[in-house]
Amino acid sequence: MIDFGYGLTPSATLRIEQVSNPAFEELHQREPDVVKCIACGSCAASCAAGCFTEMNLRKVILSLQRGREKETLPMLRHCMLCGKCQLVCPRGINTRHLILSIGKVYGLEETGL
Amino acid sequence: MMKERILAAYDPFVLPFVFGMTFVLCYCFFALVKVLVQLSAADRRKFFLSLITPTTIVKNLKDIFCDCLLHVKLWKRNKVLGYMHSSIAFGWFMIIIIGHIETILYIPERLHKLYYPIFFRYFMEVQNETLQGSFFFFLMDFFLLIILSGITLAIIKRFRSRIVGMRRTTKLTLTDRIGLYSLWAIFPLRWIAEGFTAGVAGGSFMTIPINWLLHNFMSKPENITVAWWAYSVALGTFMTVLPFTRYMHIPAEILLIPMRNAGLPVRHSRKGFSLAMLYACPSCGVCIDACPMGVQKKNVKDATVYMVRNLKRRNARRSLEIAEKCLMCGKCAALCQVQMDACGLRLAYRTALENKENKIPADYGYLETVEGPRISDEKVLYYGGCMSSLTPVVSRSVQQVLRHAGVDFTLMDKDGSICCGRPLMLAGRQEDANKLIARNRQIIEDSGARILLVSCAICYRIFKQHYDLIGVEVMHYTEYFDRLIREGKLKVKDSHRSYVYHDPCDLGRGCGIYDAPRSALQAVGQLLPAAKEREESICCGGSVGSLTLRYEDREPITRAAIDNLMAAGPEQIVTACPLCLKTFSRYAPVPVVDFAQVLAENLDNPS
Repeated sequence: MIDFGYGLTPSATLRIEQVSNPAFEELHQREPDVVKCIACGSCAASCAAGCFTEMNLRKVILSLQRGREKETLPMLRHCMLCGKCQLVCPRGINTRHLILSIGKVYGLEETGL
Repeated sequence: MMKERILAAYDPFVLPFVFGMTFVLCYCFFALVKVLVQLSAADRRKFFLSLITPTTIVKNLKDIFCDCLLHVKLWKRNKVLGYMHSSIAFGWFMIIIIGHIETILYIPERLHKLYYPIFFRYFMEVQNETLQGSFFFFLMDFFLLIILSGITLAIIKRFRSRIVGMRRTTKLTLTDRIGLYSLWAIFPLRWIAEGFTAGVAGGSFMTIPINWLLHNFMSKPENITVAWWAYSVALGTFMTVLPFTRYMHIPAEILLIPMRNAGLPVRHSRKGFSLAMLYACPSCGVCIDACPMGVQKKNVKDATVYMVRNLKRRNARRSLEIAEKCLMCGKCAALCQVQMDACGLRLAYRTALENKENKIPADYGYLETVEGPRISDEKVLYYGGCMSSLTPVVSRSVQQVLRHAGVDFTLMDKDGSICCGRPLMLAGRQEDANKLIARNRQIIEDSGARILLVSCAICYRIFKQHYDLIGVEVMHYTEYFDRLIREGKLKVKDSHRSYVYHDPCDLGRGCGIYDAPRSALQAVGQLLPAAKEREESICCGGSVGSLTLRYEDREPITRAAIDNLMAAGPEQIVTACPLCLKTFSRYAPVPVVDFAQVLAENLDNPS
């Protein structure tokens, strides 16, 4: 590969595919749709709980992918599972099952919340 | 006159039957005790009280006679299957009864012997014919003929199920097969055995001819014991395997009917009332053809009959899969011959799982900050629900119609709504759902409204069945608008269009509303029938009931449902649920419109 001189130094590179995130792997097994998310935010825009709280499924999925579940797991406590996000999702993600699966893989206590 | 032919009143061939019968009676007794012990104390009390309530006693007896013996429900659905089942059940019952009557009349001192009425023809012989005696002989042969005709149909059905109108039948287990073949063998063997005794002890129009026809074989005395042994072994085998086969439904239904009539709820997926239900499943397979997921072959084994089988076997992996995949449309339950609460069992499974495994407890503290409207002079409170807010045409049309009819109304969820709670309930989070229900109930009751108008079938069902609203009438907009039209308050004009109406699962099978939307639509245009409608309508595939069914797997269901609706070639598909509206709109070849939209477009002198 030609080195154009713009490369990052190894110490500044974040190889996300090499980061071990077993909880996310388990979530992916339970609900394969989780990797389909394009973070468009339709779910957050239509969310019934989002009307009254900071609930935002897009943020939850992103933070789980990055292994930073502490930031967003408490949001899920407000979810009413109404399923509007599932209807608007352009990727056809089974969001209700995703949320139910997150509740089984990640625990508030285990995460220290 | 009759007299005893075998003075000892015993022969070793009765042993297989006696063993089988004793075993099945003991098994049923212990199963009964198990079911009763597993009931909660309150449920048990309720059940016992219902057993001594005169009206319930009458209903129980009537239901047991009509369902278990005559199979009235099956007759209404399929005459051939109805005849097949009732001929075997009622015919066998009558043979047992007549055997007992004969024993009581002619030799009452033998009645205490379990086998005597069953093998009456072997032990007794005719001395001189009387009218009464011949009458019993005739009856016995008559019912034997009826049963044999039923068995013939059963054999045909096993090999060519389409002849009796079933596309798919249940895949039988090994024990089911043993039970089935021994059941098929019982009555032909009985015919042959009684043919032997017809030569020496008397018979009628079935048994005497067979004695003549097979005279060479039947005149040999050494063959007679072989024939009666074979008959007894067939009976004994059937009785012994019965508890482990689908034939357990025969005794279990007699328990299930009173339990159902007592109004017991499903509290667990395989204990108490549910256990009685699992035992009562005859594995007939009606639910296989009924299930909308069956359009894909890979889902065939997710029908209720297989759910029951896996629950019985404690197969946790498959039970979970089936419990979570189901759309909860309730069609299998509506068609079920033993009225299995298929959705209830699945819901109990989901609830137990969520209670055990969910590690993120809900926090609905914010609900208290949601303000509801206060209305003084208005009477109607309109709740659109979550789904209606994604299909604004629904709530806009409802409001247009209400204004046209001069109805005073207020929106309950103008600035975002609290969910009705049914999706949570369907996901197995019953306690969380109760929190939503409690807050919504408070908002509704505090508003001062008399009528709660709902435009979503899912919300309507839970408002109607779980809210217990005091002083507020919950109405689905199809009911309400139909009433307005009939009272002359809402004037609509003919659209000169043809429509087909789709029964949403929660509205039709869930709440029994079939006629109101149809009568209102007939006022606007021509209503065409769907291939299958009312309680047999096919789920749109968008149901929030299914937790794991993927987007791609919902499409074939939706397409099948649309094909069903398009049977008579309507110009528009009308539905009364925003979720069905959204789901159908993706694939339908003709416009899909909401019920309120149809009315709103055809108001007389729009205001």
